[in-house]
Amino acid sequence: MIRITLVAAALAAGLPLAGARAQAPLVAEGCIGCHGPNGAGAGGVPALAGRDRAELVALMAAFRANERPATIMGRVARGYTEAEIAAAADHFARLPR
Amino acid sequence: MTLSRGALLGAAALLATPSLSRAQGQARLLVVGGGFGGASAAAFARRRYPDLAVTLVEPKTRFVTCPYGNLVIGGVRQMGDITHGYDGLRARGVRVVHDWATGIDAAAKRVRLGGGETLAYDRLILSPGIALRWGAIEGYDEAASERLPHAWVPGDGAQTLLLRRQLEEMPDGGVVGLAIPGNPFRCPPGPYERISMIAAYLKRHKPRSKILALDAKDAFSKQGLFQDGWNALYPGMIEWVPANRDGRVTRVDAAERVLETEFGTRHKVDVANVIPPQSAARIAIEAGLTDQSGWAPVNPVTLESRVAPGIHVVGDANIPGPMPKSGYIANSTAKQAVASAVASLRGEAPPQALYYNTCYSHVGEDYGISIVGIFRPNAEGTAIVEVPNSGGVSPRGDLPEQRRLEATYADSWYESITKDMFA
Repeated sequence: MIRITLVAAALAAGLPLAGARAQAPLVAEGCIGCHGPNGAGAGGVPALAGRDRAELVALMAAFRANERPATIMGRVARGYTEAEIAAAADHFARLPR
Repeated sequence: MTLSRGALLGAAALLATPSLSRAQGQARLLVVGGGFGGASAAAFARRRYPDLAVTLVEPKTRFVTCPYGNLVIGGVRQMGDITHGYDGLRARGVRVVHDWATGIDAAAKRVRLGGGETLAYDRLILSPGIALRWGAIEGYDEAASERLPHAWVPGDGAQTLLLRRQLEEMPDGGVVGLAIPGNPFRCPPGPYERISMIAAYLKRHKPRSKILALDAKDAFSKQGLFQDGWNALYPGMIEWVPANRDGRVTRVDAAERVLETEFGTRHKVDVANVIPPQSAARIAIEAGLTDQSGWAPVNPVTLESRVAPGIHVVGDANIPGPMPKSGYIANSTAKQAVASAVASLRGEAPPQALYYNTCYSHVGEDYGISIVGIFRPNAEGTAIVEVPNSGGVSPRGDLPEQRRLEATYADSWYESITKDMFA
């Protein structure tokens, strides 16, 4: 039973497990139209997959606050809540680079 | 720590979401229309809900995108670059049926096909695109469009290539006339990107030529940015005439290539691109899903028709509130519609909606501009609103690196979103 609890906890936390299917939060779907399916990047648009979660969250916070030069990401970042950015960062950080 | 297979299966069972099985088998999602809305819906449905049976009905075997069509008209892309097939969707497990959907029976949940087959569904995603309103401009019907191309519904690409060929055949010093419709219409910045790409071609090959843009509006998307770019890249070449200066074209003479405006000014041009007023595609009108505006009202959270339950209308055919009729919004709303349809089949509440848009436009081949919009339903779920203090257009000013980067990001967008739909 303790094993089941551990696995359930891992699944609930969204940790990768063999046989468990990574489910992107809907909020992350908006990113892939430019950053590529699975956040793999495309041309000059950087990959999101496999990036450090804290780095992604910090980048978006800096874009939101206008503290980092941006071509479009400042305009994008200000449309999302912190919880949404955290959910998307969680998702992309778990994907293979 | 080792995990037994039994433990894994047990945990998976504990956490499994309600299945999508029906008494007779798999739940059936039917998607009508294989463009930005429909292909996005079918691909997303198979990726996210593998136990859903997904059928896509689309008459064409190849899809030519509207985005980047202006670059084909300008001669910097080829038709093959903007043409996509449906094998990727088939490989994802979508049943693709190449036929016309000719009628919807919303009460019986069935769609009739031109070939005689009838498809039953549990939920329908309808993304039929637009119809051009032939006759809304006097003299502009389908036959006239063979001489004065619209190039606004690409179909098999013939209209796009016709406009391209006419530009190639025009002598230097000619006048290219455009008739541009009032709101709402497909792709708000599209006519102005088209002006830009035509200007880029003329500047290089026929520099004494002019562009006369006759507009049924007094203002347009990314106007300041476009006009800054025109002044910088094509000085003196483009005349834009707003409605309040008699820019609205009300009549055309196809044989003479004359564009006639509201107050009777007759502009004789050498090439005419007439973009007529539009409505939702015919199937949406015939199914009674549209209102007096010609477009389909939908629930802001689920994209479900206000008229017919069980039918989610996405893409350019619906009434999107403040959102543009764009490929990215079609993609974004299609995913929310699928997720809402599945939630309904499972007896769950729809997911929280968030709609995302970025539209890039090319002013020059290496000169891009953009508009960003993030939208949500209001607290009551009665209307869609743009998130305050977010989105907006590129900054103005002399910013060559910004323009260069946005042109490359546009290419990345095209590659990414078409992969999301068709790969």
